Amino acid sequence: MAPVATPFFFYLLSGIMLIGGILVITRKNPVHSALALIVTLLAQASIYLMLYAPFVAGVQIILYAGGIMVLFLFVIMLVSIDRSVRERQFNSQWVVGIIAATALGGLFVTVFIKGKEIFPEHALPMVENDNTQKIADLLYGAHTGQYMFAFEIASLLLLVAIIGAVVMAKKRI
Amino acid sequence: MGQIIQYIQSYLGSDQTPGAAGNMFWVLVYIMLVFTGLSVAVIAMNWLERKILAHMQVRLGPMRVGPHGLLQPIADAIKLLLKEDIMPAEADGLIFWVAPFVVVLAAFTTFVVVPFGPTHAITDMNIGILFMLGVSSLSVLGIVMAGWASNSHYPLIGALRSSAQMVSYEVAMGLAVVSAVLMTSLNAEGTGTLSMIGIVQAQQAQGEWFIFKFFPLGLIAFFIFAVAMVAETNRAPFDLAEAESELTAGFHTEYSGFRWSLFFLAEYSAMIAVSSIAVTLWLGGWLRPFPNLLSGTPWEQIFSVFPGVTFLFFAAMCFYNTVRMPKHPLFRVQTIGLAGFGVVLGLIGLILFVPAVSVRIQDIFWFAAKVSGFMYMYIWYRGTFPRYRFDQLMQMGWKVLLPMGLGVLILTAGVALLQPMIWHP
Repeated sequence: MAPVATPFFFYLLSGIMLIGGILVITRKNPVHSALALIVTLLAQASIYLMLYAPFVAGVQIILYAGGIMVLFLFVIMLVSIDRSVRERQFNSQWVVGIIAATALGGLFVTVFIKGKEIFPEHALPMVENDNTQKIADLLYGAHTGQYMFAFEIASLLLLVAIIGAVVMAKKRI
Repeated sequence: MGQIIQYIQSYLGSDQTPGAAGNMFWVLVYIMLVFTGLSVAVIAMNWLERKILAHMQVRLGPMRVGPHGLLQPIADAIKLLLKEDIMPAEADGLIFWVAPFVVVLAAFTTFVVVPFGPTHAITDMNIGILFMLGVSSLSVLGIVMAGWASNSHYPLIGALRSSAQMVSYEVAMGLAVVSAVLMTSLNAEGTGTLSMIGIVQAQQAQGEWFIFKFFPLGLIAFFIFAVAMVAETNRAPFDLAEAESELTAGFHTEYSGFRWSLFFLAEYSAMIAVSSIAVTLWLGGWLRPFPNLLSGTPWEQIFSVFPGVTFLFFAAMCFYNTVRMPKHPLFRVQTIGLAGFGVVLGLIGLILFVPAVSVRIQDIFWFAAKVSGFMYMYIWYRGTFPRYRFDQLMQMGWKVLLPMGLGVLILTAGVALLQPMIWHP
């Protein structure tokens, strides 16, 4: 099958992502921001697909569709949209923001310049047809499962978050 | 020109889906076919739902437009297309405009991976079932967008209810799906699959549908999915998002004309999509009954006449009702119309008897037959169950289905682990 990972698609999808990301922080209406965030995340999922990682793309869609749903509900229930549209936007953390942005940008530029030394030159084998099985091997395989500990720790963190949310929401359990 | 014909012909005789073979022409042809078939199915479903509901309530249902109201859906479609398209003055224009398209896109995109047969699917993905669940969960976004953008109370309440309902039932649904996916891994290599075609092939290889696997574990997982899928599609008895008695029409109160019909189309195609998931995961997808037990040439021939016989039966029903039509000059056109419909159905049935056709159409027939069983169940639920209260709905999702799903998943994994030690030492 002909590869779909052409530069055209990459630039298209990253363009959509960038526009979506900019809209997220510039829209005054928080619902519009949430929708722009969805567009960004879907474009990101498409980039994962283009990189022959369908499992990551599918999980991204499932998790973020639900996640953004909840964000949406928060916005509808907690934010007064009429007021936030009229309000002047302010930001008192621009110093921290500039430092973080510069650091991240510097990192990107470094990777871009030194990329040839860090990453192998030959194209990686396409694992599209058994992507899920490969990920399962890396997580749980008897000999290849090198990321199991990190994975389980992350799930423990989520469990703590769930219990915390229940304890905070309910006075009497 | 010759190259193009060669490109088109190169797919014929392949044992792959057009998407896997990478043949763009046949991918487009299959997309057209699926889209047409789905639209016809939605139209038929519209008529059937009104007719069956009516008969359940001892009414006649649509009888005026065409014989036995057969042309009613077409009349409705024309009415909807000609209706004025209203947008509330205070609505959020862009989101109000986009919302129906999001819902329709989410409902139709899932059919990319639905396996109507071993080669009759648009494409086969390594993450098939994950893709279906993910994309169909996007439809709730469209519903919330519609409810919020309408800038009105009832749509907003409907949308909030719908989102809470979908988010809660997705969890139970996912657990049921995982327990079925776990069953695909019970082969010699021990590798399961998420691909829709692979799941059906696993059922064929293991010699039983997953609904009967580890009885009653498969059955319970199927039951959880069957309840959750009704809630996911916002259908009665879980249709709180559009509860007429409380919320006018729920999230699509402010929509009219073509946009409203898009919501209608999306709802019915989403119903077909989740039914296809249930059929693929538990009911053996395109497999005919007893593909391993009753194999061999005579059985193959007996089962190959089923599609034709079904259509001949429908034709016979049409002729029976033609005879029963009132003998009055005013009914002449309707009588002729019904007879003509019967003739068309009979001709389709006769074509399906041709061996070359019946071999190719069989898998699609069995898949469609199983899915239409689910569609009948949807109508049946609507005709018999009263609507749940919202707290009852949440209690059902979180306190009944979720623990049941967890238990079934753990038990399935345990039995799958123990099975080789006990039964095959």
